[in-house]
Amino acid sequence: MATTVSCLEVPKGGFSFDNCARNARLEERGLTRPKFRKTGTTIVGLVFEDGVILGADTRATEDTIVADKNCSKIHYIAPNIYCCGAGTAADTEKTTEMISSNLQLHRYRTGRPNRVATANRMLKQYLYRYQGYVSAALVLGGVDCNGPHLYSIHPHGSTDKLPYVTMGSGSLAAMATFEAGYKANMKKADAMQLVRDAVAAGIFNDLGSGSNVDLCIIGKDMKVEYLRPFDVANKKGVRQGNYSYKPGTTAVLSKSIKQIKYDIVSESVQEDMDTS
Amino acid sequence: MSIMSYNGGAAIAMKGKNCVAIASDLRFGIQAQTVGMDFEKVFPMSDRLYLGLTGLATDVQTVVQKLAFQLKLYELRENRPISPKTFLSVVSNVLYEKRFGPYFIEPVIAGLDPKTSEPFIASCDLIGCPMEPEDFVVTGTCAVQMYGMCEALWQPDMEPDQLFECVSQALLNSVDRDAGSGWGAVVHIVEADKVTTRRLKARMD
Repeated sequence: MATTVSCLEVPKGGFSFDNCARNARLEERGLTRPKFRKTGTTIVGLVFEDGVILGADTRATEDTIVADKNCSKIHYIAPNIYCCGAGTAADTEKTTEMISSNLQLHRYRTGRPNRVATANRMLKQYLYRYQGYVSAALVLGGVDCNGPHLYSIHPHGSTDKLPYVTMGSGSLAAMATFEAGYKANMKKADAMQLVRDAVAAGIFNDLGSGSNVDLCIIGKDMKVEYLRPFDVANKKGVRQGNYSYKPGTTAVLSKSIKQIKYDIVSESVQEDMDTS
Repeated sequence: MSIMSYNGGAAIAMKGKNCVAIASDLRFGIQAQTVGMDFEKVFPMSDRLYLGLTGLATDVQTVVQKLAFQLKLYELRENRPISPKTFLSVVSNVLYEKRFGPYFIEPVIAGLDPKTSEPFIASCDLIGCPMEPEDFVVTGTCAVQMYGMCEALWQPDMEPDQLFECVSQALLNSVDRDAGSGWGAVVHIVEADKVTTRRLKARMD
């Protein structure tokens, strides 16, 4: 037998290419592939006086449909390092989770807080290995023993270390805002306002970005403030009418009820006290 | 034609007050021809956890079996029912493993936490990107129609009876505007102490 799989076989980590031949045959027959969920996105990062501020919008799109109006694009990497992700949503999610995991192991191994350069190196080597097929464009920021650091990482594995960066479909609108307003060593309040304005420029001018502005401020002594949402730029309208249906509107053919048994977690019996 | 609309199908999950609803249509087709009218796309994974899968029917069946396998191993190891959030993680990882040769399915998960009975809904795209909104999740060939219906009908904190009407009308009216889904519907309302399953009278065209 060519393939006998034992049920007890522990699956190896990493990607599995088992379905590729079958999927290629389906496409030959003229069936088109579905689109992956992307994060369209405006993600930005800024180095200010005491640390780094990361900002992101909160819209996730599937082709032209808004799949998630409030998704979280600022991912945790380490207690002092956070990363915004643009591109294919599953790739940014899983890649940042994996690097976060490896960095925790690294922390245990070295006994020290991680450096941002370490996260950057791990990410770029992983993305280069996959030659851009893992479509994750990242803005990595954090504070370590050498101060605040900000990197932008492209899907093919190139990185840039800069004082301010933007990525995603709304990056042009955001970068325009940064170029107009950036000064070196800004105060925290000014920096927060500038980041908010840059993301808002993306939200209102780019179709792939929308909803709210999330901020993550990593400051002196590696203190983190995760503000979600920082600015609710687009509120949902108030419904004007009542569209609820009366019970019994829907025609039912059959109905069955399955009771769920509760699990008994603990049982205690108190015996009568002996008062002799 | 898209791979996802080869067999057709639709599924919705909605959050209510201390309850969740999950529903799907019953059509099984091969391109234009309807071959079956009893192909449920919602599968019970544990007492209070349900999984809806639309897309290519063969992958729906394969993934359900794979996930049931993983779940059984989990329950043997941990000796407790899985929480919906953890299950979402399992689904996401099973799908992302096949990132470069994906299963052509889109799952929705609905359930109550086994300890706190808090309602939970989530969905993934075909490569496992998780999404946990506060209101509803939809998937299938008539996703666009379902987004519209759910946005209009859903309100927060609906009681089980109200939630049933809401999810049923959202599903029925959406599949009526889609050639690839319909031919009946099944709705499960999951509450802390019981699960009510109803089959709906629908247009059979």
